Amino acid sequence: MSEETPAPEGSSASDWGFETRMIHAGAGPDPVSGSRQTPIHQTSAYAFHDADHAASLFNLQTFGFIYSRLGNPTVAALEQRMASLEGGCGATCAASGHAAQVLAFFPLIEAGERFAASTRLYGGSVTQFSRTFPKFDWQCDFVDTEDLSAVEAVLAQGAKALFVESLANPGGVVTDLETLAGLTRAAGALLIVDNTLATPWLCRPFEWGADLIVHSATKFLSGNGTVIGGAVVDSGRFDWSASGRFPGLSEPEPAYHGLKFSETFGELAFTVHSHAVGLRDLGASMAPMNAFLTLLGTETLALRMERHCRNALAVAEWLTEHPKVEWVSYAGLPTSPYRELAEKYLPNGAGSVFTFGVRGGYEAGVRVVEKCELFSHLANIGDARSLIIHPASTTHRQLSDEQRAAAGAGPEVVRLSIGLETVDDLVRDLDIALAAA
Amino acid sequence: MPSTGANIRAVASPLRYSDSLIAGILRRVRTIAMVGASPNWKRPSNFAMKYLQQKGYRVIPVNPRAAAAGASILGERACASLAEVPAPVEMVDVFRGSEAALEFTREAIRLREDKGFEVVWMQLGVRNDKAAAEAEAAGLTVIMNRCPKIEYGRLWGELGWGGFDRGVISSRWPRPATRDERAG
Ligand SMILES: Cc1ncc(COP(=O)(O)O)c(C=O)c1O
Repeated sequence: MSEETPAPEGSSASDWGFETRMIHAGAGPDPVSGSRQTPIHQTSAYAFHDADHAASLFNLQTFGFIYSRLGNPTVAALEQRMASLEGGCGATCAASGHAAQVLAFFPLIEAGERFAASTRLYGGSVTQFSRTFPKFDWQCDFVDTEDLSAVEAVLAQGAKALFVESLANPGGVVTDLETLAGLTRAAGALLIVDNTLATPWLCRPFEWGADLIVHSATKFLSGNGTVIGGAVVDSGRFDWSASGRFPGLSEPEPAYHGLKFSETFGELAFTVHSHAVGLRDLGASMAPMNAFLTLLGTETLALRMERHCRNALAVAEWLTEHPKVEWVSYAGLPTSPYRELAEKYLPNGAGSVFTFGVRGGYEAGVRVVEKCELFSHLANIGDARSLIIHPASTTHRQLSDEQRAAAGAGPEVVRLSIGLETVDDLVRDLDIALAAA
Repeated sequence: MPSTGANIRAVASPLRYSDSLIAGILRRVRTIAMVGASPNWKRPSNFAMKYLQQKGYRVIPVNPRAAAAGASILGERACASLAEVPAPVEMVDVFRGSEAALEFTREAIRLREDKGFEVVWMQLGVRNDKAAAEAEAAGLTVIMNRCPKIEYGRLWGELGWGGFDRGVISSRWPRPATRDERAG
């Protein structure tokens, strides 16, 4: 076996620091060419050695690539990196953050079953869960996750998972992950955390008991506003066989000759299933080019997040002093009601997405956005460029007034995603826009 | 029949094995006696056996029922017990429950000299600390609660193809095998 089994030169990634894994996890030199940067494997399909190899791949008896809807080497490099950065077991990339959310629930929720989600979510997630998921007969109960007895009640009513954002969009809200993980564990349910706004550099939900993590790679992971992408990371810690509540993972899968994923793959089960069944049938796979750009982004994640947070804090502090600003909701401010939670869960900084209220309500909110010169008026976050939007008229427009208020997207609310520019320029731009509002 | 995926959380204190220990075993071993190998191709043991064969190991199934029927599994005649396994076999891979692991480990210790056993490997989900202590006292290397298929894929890259964190980082580009190395 000498040609196939050289001594592994590296040592365990758990011994390496976060910044090292950001650059190296999942991405050694290409074994064929020596290419040091990860190649973009722009291919639809992969050759088989012979008929037996093909059969083994289709039967999930061996690891390897068949067709890029199910897996691709560039995408797999990003999956490994995401798993490593989050401290998880495996990851599945998807065409978008929203596709990752469908993939996350797909093995867990059968038709007619329920899950719970925080009321403080990105508006698009509220819409996805409340409008589209019911078409699959997946029912979502929205719950105020700061009301623990309400959380216990929905879990007792059969919610199989609780979905929260660690740092919630549109901003300033930090979720008490450890406490919620205690409740889901006691109820035999999963805690699924959208870690998009925090990124694994600021917060690692698995360390607080989360079972699955989802990401929109569209934001800080890629970091330059270049891609639409997503990922589901599995902790590998949920015991599907013992639970018995997740037949998709513990019972025979007819399309794979009655194979039981949890029995056959152990802690790898969720991620194998997400590729072999989820991506196979839902088809929302990440493109190799998007995986490459996201890999490139993750190489500088810590550096960028440090600057994002520093700039955001400076802008937030400046806004609190501004006469036209009613309030600022940034968890990094000493006055934030989430200050303590931020110190616990986000010790390296409270992110760069937050909201503030303009005096003058809806009209004033819209005007501030339109008067900016440097801030880009667009519906995204997590870009090197600073971004501004008025959620009530855009991202959260499809919600009811009640849902908007619960999500922190009332009429006077302006959302910022602070970029990496010179901070004095950002302050000056907002000053001019507020003066004109 | 245990599985690669039996209750990992139920296992008491976590077991830590260095990559170099596991890699050393997988490089040294050529032949494996797989206790509990199933003739049913849908069973996890059959998956693991087929994969290890593809990587160049000889895997000899130990399965009394299959042996009584004179059956072969993946081209290898099933043996009724470890005593029947033709020497030399460097590793015993226990694909049976944690309790049964004691009996097979003791048999491996008895047959150690005869067969050339060096390693007792208990599958993912299988752990028996008493058996491990006895085997180690007898000079055998013991690995518990791990799957050689997964470890092979983790150490030599294939597991990463499935999106799993291999826990391996290296910036070296290994030179291709020489003619002699290819010839084995
Ligand atoms: C917190 C959060 N989760 C999920 C998403 C959805 O991600 P995508 O737009 O990549 O589908 C977004 C997008 O704005 C988001 O902000």
